[in-house]
Amino acid sequence: MNGFDWSAARDALPLVLEGFEVTLLATVLGTLVAAVLGLAIAIAGRAPSRFVTVPVRVVMEFIRSTPLLVQLVGAAALFTFVEPLTIGIVVLGIHYSTYTSEVYRAGIDGVPKGQWEACRALSLSPRRTWQAVILPQAVRNVLPALGNYAISMFKETPFLAVITVQEMVFEARKYGADHFAYTEAFTLAGLVFLVASYPTSLLMRKLEKRLGH
Amino acid sequence: MATEPLPLQKTAAAAAVDIAPVPATSQTGRPLVRFDNVVKRYGDHVVLDGLDFSVRRGENVTLIGPSGSGKTTILRLLMTLEKVSDGVIWVDGDPLSHTRAPDGSLRPATEKHLRKARKKIGMVFQQFNLFPHMKVLQNITEAPVSVLGMGRDEAETRARELLDLVGLSGKTDAHPSQLSGGQQQRVAIARALAMQPEILLLDEVTSALDPELVAGVLELLSDIARNTDITMLCVTHEMNFARDVSETVLMFDAGRVIESGSPEKIFTDPAHERTREFLTAVL
Repeated sequence: MNGFDWSAARDALPLVLEGFEVTLLATVLGTLVAAVLGLAIAIAGRAPSRFVTVPVRVVMEFIRSTPLLVQLVGAAALFTFVEPLTIGIVVLGIHYSTYTSEVYRAGIDGVPKGQWEACRALSLSPRRTWQAVILPQAVRNVLPALGNYAISMFKETPFLAVITVQEMVFEARKYGADHFAYTEAFTLAGLVFLVASYPTSLLMRKLEKRLGH
Repeated sequence: MATEPLPLQKTAAAAAVDIAPVPATSQTGRPLVRFDNVVKRYGDHVVLDGLDFSVRRGENVTLIGPSGSGKTTILRLLMTLEKVSDGVIWVDGDPLSHTRAPDGSLRPATEKHLRKARKKIGMVFQQFNLFPHMKVLQNITEAPVSVLGMGRDEAETRARELLDLVGLSGKTDAHPSQLSGGQQQRVAIARALAMQPEILLLDEVTSALDPELVAGVLELLSDIARNTDITMLCVTHEMNFARDVSETVLMFDAGRVIESGSPEKIFTDPAHERTREFLTAVL
């Protein structure tokens, strides 16, 4: 029986950590895209004109009904002149924005009707109504849920390996193949995921408690 | 084949209400608020049924009547939170619910028209509707700064004066959740006054308050009624308030004004049987 080769694990560590940097970068930037784009979609979804809401809904349904993996491969095939990491970040961000927009939508719906009416009674412009009154309350309500999507995106970054982004699992597999030490390399990658995401989710839970007013 | 009126013409006439020009009364005699045959329907349910009434500048009017008689709807129409189904609301001689087209006819108001027209009007709600994420001071300064373009310093000075007026000068940095219901409602009154409205709408402003907090808010409103020339329209179940503060009481039932007059007249010698029944039930 093959035992766990500790020296191989030690050997693989620098490579795996190097990949982790890429993973982290993709997650942070991807989350940023998803957070901003999701908000824009949520607001566009409330537009009075159907010429806005219908196309938005169609595109969202399309993205949500196809796998992330297929979208990544498709985008990489279409945009061969763009760097794989950039494609990865943008596709992750767009993919997740279709979910975060739902989170925002719920947050916006959760702002009491009386707040909108108070804004009208004070003659606030639509822009000021969103900016000063509705969004601060809506975002506060949904911050924990957005955090959970960030963690979930973090764990889906290994898909980026398919379009040759050298993230953590890509590096682990490479090391495994070169040294025939898959168990060690993948265990290590798994541990890094655990160590990074568990404290983050604890943090999110704490935040959720603190924001609950 | 008999000639029938073209349906197209019919709809066009309905969409652009053909209304007589503004009555050529003198500036002083012109009512500040005028409901002209106003109808409000929700689906098949008629809430206001051809309502006519007017309010003079500076007049304090109380709307009384059983629940569901359409009192709150009147305030919501005036605040442009709802749209009329038919008829026209006039404020200071200009249509509020409609926009005047170049040919003189009236068309349902655009959002742009409403945004401009509603600046003269302020409202205090039953549930206060303060902005929970803003401090008290910011609740009051937000609209003067962003809507009236007032400087922040000036807006804050005025907000402090208003807080002084409503008896909450020590609460500028509190969040609404740290205040009692009565205090929140007083902040809401200060917030409405900060916009210097010509017309102040009060929608059952004491109904959500604990009984011991009602008196303070009513006293404040009496002060405002006495010391300012703001025109007030109040929907209330506080008959004492109606008696002490208002010059005119309008009794509503089933979407119509069935009786109006001075509080003295209405409370001591109502002409209408329905008013008598209502007053016996609430007093």
